[in-house]
This record gives sequence, structure tokens and C-alpha cells, in this order.
Amino acid sequence: MPTRRDFLQMAAATAAILPTAHWSRAFAQQSLTQDELLAMDPVGRLSIVHVTDIHAQLVPIHFREPSTNLGVAEVKGLVPHVTGRALLDMYAIAPGSPMAHALTYDDFAALARAYGRMGGLDRVATVVDAIRAERGEGNTLLLDGGDTWQNSWTSLQTRGEDMVACMALLRPDAMVGHWEFTLGEERVNELVSRLGFPFLGGNIRDTDWDEPVFDAMTMVERAGVKVAVIGQAFPYTPIANPRWMMPSWSFGIREAEVAASVEDARAQGADVVVLLSHNGFDVDRKLASRVPGIDVVLTAHTHDALPEPVMVGKTLVIASGSHGKFVSRLDLDVSGGEVKGFGYRLIPVFSDVIAPDPAMAARIAEVRAPYEATLSEVLGRTEGLLYRRGNFNGTFDDVICEAMLTRRDAEIALSPGFRWGASVLPGAEITMEDVTNATAMTYPETYRTTMTGARLKEVLEDVADNLFNPDPYYQQGGDMVRVGGIAYAIDVSAPMGSRISDLTLMRTGEALEAEREYVVSGWASVNEGTQGPPIWDLVAAHIREAGTVAPRETETVRVTGA
Amino acid sequence: MNLVLNRRQALLAGVGAVAAASGMAGASAPALAAAEDAAATILEFTGGAEPTMGRVTLDVPEIAENGNTVPMDVWVDSPMTADDYVAEVLVVADGNPRPGVATFHFSPLSGRAQANTRIRLAGTQNVIAVAKMSDGSVFMDKKEVKVTIGGCGG
Repeated sequence: MPTRRDFLQMAAATAAILPTAHWSRAFAQQSLTQDELLAMDPVGRLSIVHVTDIHAQLVPIHFREPSTNLGVAEVKGLVPHVTGRALLDMYAIAPGSPMAHALTYDDFAALARAYGRMGGLDRVATVVDAIRAERGEGNTLLLDGGDTWQNSWTSLQTRGEDMVACMALLRPDAMVGHWEFTLGEERVNELVSRLGFPFLGGNIRDTDWDEPVFDAMTMVERAGVKVAVIGQAFPYTPIANPRWMMPSWSFGIREAEVAASVEDARAQGADVVVLLSHNGFDVDRKLASRVPGIDVVLTAHTHDALPEPVMVGKTLVIASGSHGKFVSRLDLDVSGGEVKGFGYRLIPVFSDVIAPDPAMAARIAEVRAPYEATLSEVLGRTEGLLYRRGNFNGTFDDVICEAMLTRRDAEIALSPGFRWGASVLPGAEITMEDVTNATAMTYPETYRTTMTGARLKEVLEDVADNLFNPDPYYQQGGDMVRVGGIAYAIDVSAPMGSRISDLTLMRTGEALEAEREYVVSGWASVNEGTQGPPIWDLVAAHIREAGTVAPRETETVRVTGA
Repeated sequence: MNLVLNRRQALLAGVGAVAAASGMAGASAPALAAAEDAAATILEFTGGAEPTMGRVTLDVPEIAENGNTVPMDVWVDSPMTADDYVAEVLVVADGNPRPGVATFHFSPLSGRAQANTRIRLAGTQNVIAVAKMSDGSVFMDKKEVKVTIGGCGG
């Protein structure tokens, strides 16, 4: 496989001159070239290109990968539940190298300054075009794993229009969805009707008659072989997100129906069967072990980026990261209706190295123009790195929780454990774009309510089980709900209902009382009719008033059983 | 003084004693009572026989989108001939205040032993389907359905 060798070559070119905190961006341009980032030894004739979980990030961002990403039960210690140095060692990636920066949190701020931002849909377009040019249009398939249309300010204001307009230039062959559905059924139908390529979702049925809402599969002929693409939406959309936004659609893993689609694909003469999935990594790993006949699972949702495919029996599971940081290229050698060999490269999209595609850059500028004034407003400055991703509180979440505690006069704050949200480097200005990149969504109301200590424990237990249930099929793929004003201990290996203990109100240092009512503020409630100001207004006001935020690594959550 | 307890009261009393004796934490007395009740309902249905896992396929979601109306499908592998058919299928939810959900009756003329409906689940619990064959043998399938209190997935 070319992957590892190429990484090592890259590392060799760069490791000798490890960057310090104040290296210029030129460093990345000098030590890396676009050709090096894209190069791989081709295998067979067919290439499948995968992008996923872009979360509407049209322009390059910083995104710190998690330091804590725990797996429980059978997947404990397996990828993607390996982070930092351990992950680098596993794949023989040199610390401090570009790929190390792309894949891990180690020394994030310093390396981010050296290597610059990642992603940007205009850079992604350049990568996709280069692969199409090298392999041939007729031999290349581009698949979008979903979470494409939401979670930036422009995508919220245009209700996904900006992303649909830009993705149209990339010409995907199919996509699936999750956050797309938070635009509501009507808007999703409207956008889907003018996509010009299939929006797949074999696991979505209408609640009245249990009939399919979207196609389960599309059959595409490329490189002289028939490729069946089976689409799987995020199975727990109406549970993790507001059900009232998609009231007549029912989801679920529906394993038996995936198996039926695979059989259907083979019966129709498919040489290659691809599952374009938004299940999440652990769910897909289990599914691949139980449903025979899938050649490739293009996984998504849990935002994992892995430099090599994970083999589950004969199935290749590909994890392509998030926020436009990576483009996956999978080459397949197919003959006699069988995959005989493969080559894979997780291409890191270093935005200072990969040239922007002019047509895409122009369209991005066009869709952003009406919002530039809002996006570029400087709210304040941060002394430390602001990030979200990780199983427990990130520093950006701490700022959000602090905003809720102070501006809604609450004792306790709850903030959702979303895995999206870009990072802001230490010393940098915080713009409205930075705040909305961590908060833009269609149910942002910041509520203020009371909850008993017992109820709070129940909420934490419930979310913890969504993350740490030993059976992946019961996991929803988000991170733990973030808390402000309280501390707690969690035993991730304990059963449902007994993971959480030592709930403490930090202001007093006293244990939470089961019967007492506490004033709680939170956002992203899945309940219809939730009232309150949108979270970004609250956070923006908080940062404007503070001028400078000084996030620290908090130690409010004590983790055991990992 | 009335000393006659009904079955539910007797079970509740028994469970209370067990929980107290073993110092069990986590499972509440009513939940245990429901599970005991479900077990008793199944044994009543089978005439005391322990059902064997297999032949029954119970299809329910892993996590309910709405605990008030959870889709459920049950199918039993059987030739459905005059000599060999599925007579009845009992469905119980072992965490509901009243665990008995439905009993479906079949005959060889049914052609296929399959039924579906929507059920209400009070919380996370097991749904159990038990099939009684024409020869009196009993088979079952069991699935846990989680009912959550609101999500933060993403």
C-alpha cells in the first residue's frame, strides 16, 4: 500500500525542520507540494472518491482532532478510539509532520500556525478534479457522506442553498443525509428535487405506511463495472435531532433492509457493492460484520479520519474525517464481479498547498458576499485554543457554557456534544463566523428552566448511554453533553444508570441534591416550542463584553473505566 | 381481613423481599415487578414450558423514535400446514405496567405467521415474542428497545 510510504516520505521532508510557534505559512508551501499530497500508485481502473461531514464549511478552517475518544466493550482500544501519539505510532506517522497535525491534537496550535488551515471546498474541488483527470471521468465516482448542508452561518441563512450550489460544481454521484433533515421535510424535498443526483436513504420510511421515502440504491457504471451504491441516513436523526422537524419520516439502522439491498444489488449484476453510510464508525463496523456482500463501507457521522482502511472480513471500512479536511481516494481492481485489490489514500487538504479551483472559489465568494459583514465582525480575542471535539468538554464549550451561566443567570449550563465546530487558535481574534461555526443550526433557542438534581443525573446517564452503550447499535454517535457550573465523575464501563456519580455544584462545592430544583440554561433542545434567544447571540454578547476569553483545560469531568 | 392476594400483589411482595435481601441497586421494585409479571404471563401462555430461542423473528427498532408508538413486526418460520403450523404468538413488554401487549392467533389458512402493529413502551425494556406451535412446542425472540429522554447526537 502506498499510503504509509508516502507519509514517511512526507515526514522525512519535514521532520528535520520541526516548526516552532511562529513559523510562517510559507513553511507548508515550501515543504509540501500539491503533487506530493495527491500522489499515489494507482490500482485497477476504478476510483471511488469520498467526502463527508463537511458541515457546510466552504472556506478553510482549523479543526483540532480529539484527545479523548473512548471506545467501550469490544471496540476498546481499537481505531478510531486511538488518539494522539498512539495513533501516530500505530500508523508510523512522524510526530510534527503534516499528517500528524491533520490527524491528531498534539501540539495543535504550533503546528496549525506552521501548516495553515485545512479544507475549503475550492481546494476539495481541485483534488477531485485532479483525481478525475488522472483516472478518467468515466472511471471515477464521487460520493458525499452527508452532513453537508448545515452548521455554518451562510448555510443556515440560505437554508442549505449555498451548499447545494457549491456542491453542484463538484458533481457528486450520490449523497446521504443527517443534519440536512434539520431543514425540515419540505425544504429537504425541495432541495433534493433539484440536485440532479440521487439523495439516498434506504433506512427512511414514512410513518403512515412504512413506505420508502428515498431510493435505497443507485447503480452506476464506471470503469466497465457496475457499482451499486446503497445509501444509509443517520439512523437516529429523529432522536438526536428534533423529531417535529421530520414528523412523517422514520429512520433506524434497519439491518435486514440493508442486507436485502445488498442482495438486490448482486441480483442486478453489481460487481462492486458500496454502502454510503452515515451510521457512525462503530455501527458500520458491526454492520459490516453481520451483513455479507458489502465490498466497501464509506463511513461518516463520527468524524473519524483514518489513514488506512479497516478490514472487517472482506469489507473495507473507510473513514474520511470531517469539515473538508480530507478527501479519500479508493482505487479498486475489479474483475469477474469481485474486488481483487485496492489502493487507498486519505488526502489531507492543506489549504496553503492545494490551489483553489477558480470556479468554486468564485461561487463560494458569491454565496458568502451578502453575509461577509456579519461573518467578519470581530467580537473579541482568545488567549487559549478554542476547540470542541472530544468526548467531554472542549474549551469552546466552556465559553458557550459560561455565556449561558452569566447571561441567563443560571446555576448550571448544558451544551450539546456535537462533533462539529471549527477551532480558533490562541491569540487570534474571535469573529462572528467562528461563533456561528460552532453554533449555527435550526433550533438554537437558549432555554432557561429548572431541573431537580435527580433529573440532571438522569439526563447525563441518558446521554452517556448514547455514547458508551457496549452495543454500537445503541449508540447515537455524538459526544457527551457539555456542562457548566457542575462537576461529575463518569465510569464509562458501568451499565446504564450507574455511570454518573459525584455530581457537584462547583459554586458551592456541595453535592447536587436529588430533590432540589436548580436553574438550568441550555440550547439545542429537541422539544418543539422551546423559547429563548439564539445561542450565537448570547455567546457573541458574552465575548464582546469580556473582550478577551481565557479558556483553560477544565477538569470538571473525572473519567474512569476507560 | 382478606388474605387472598392476586398474582400481581404476590409477585410484588416477593420481589420486594428479593430486592431487600440482596440489596439490589439500579433496578426499581416496579420494574422488577413488571419483569416478573412478564415472565409469569409467558409461563401461563406456554403452560409452564420454557420457550426456546429461535424460529421467531421480532423486528423492533434498537432505539424508539417515540415510545408512545413503536413499530413492531413478528414473523415465525413455519410451513403453516394442517400438521405443522403456528397457533398463537404472544408479545410482552417486560417493563410496561401491564406487560401483555398482544396475542395473535393463526391457523393453517393464515398462510404465513406474521403480524405487525405499534406498541407503547413506558421506558427502555425488552420486547419478547413467544410462538406456540400446533404440536405445543414454544419458541421465542427477545429484543431490547431503548427509550431515550432526548438527544444531543451530532
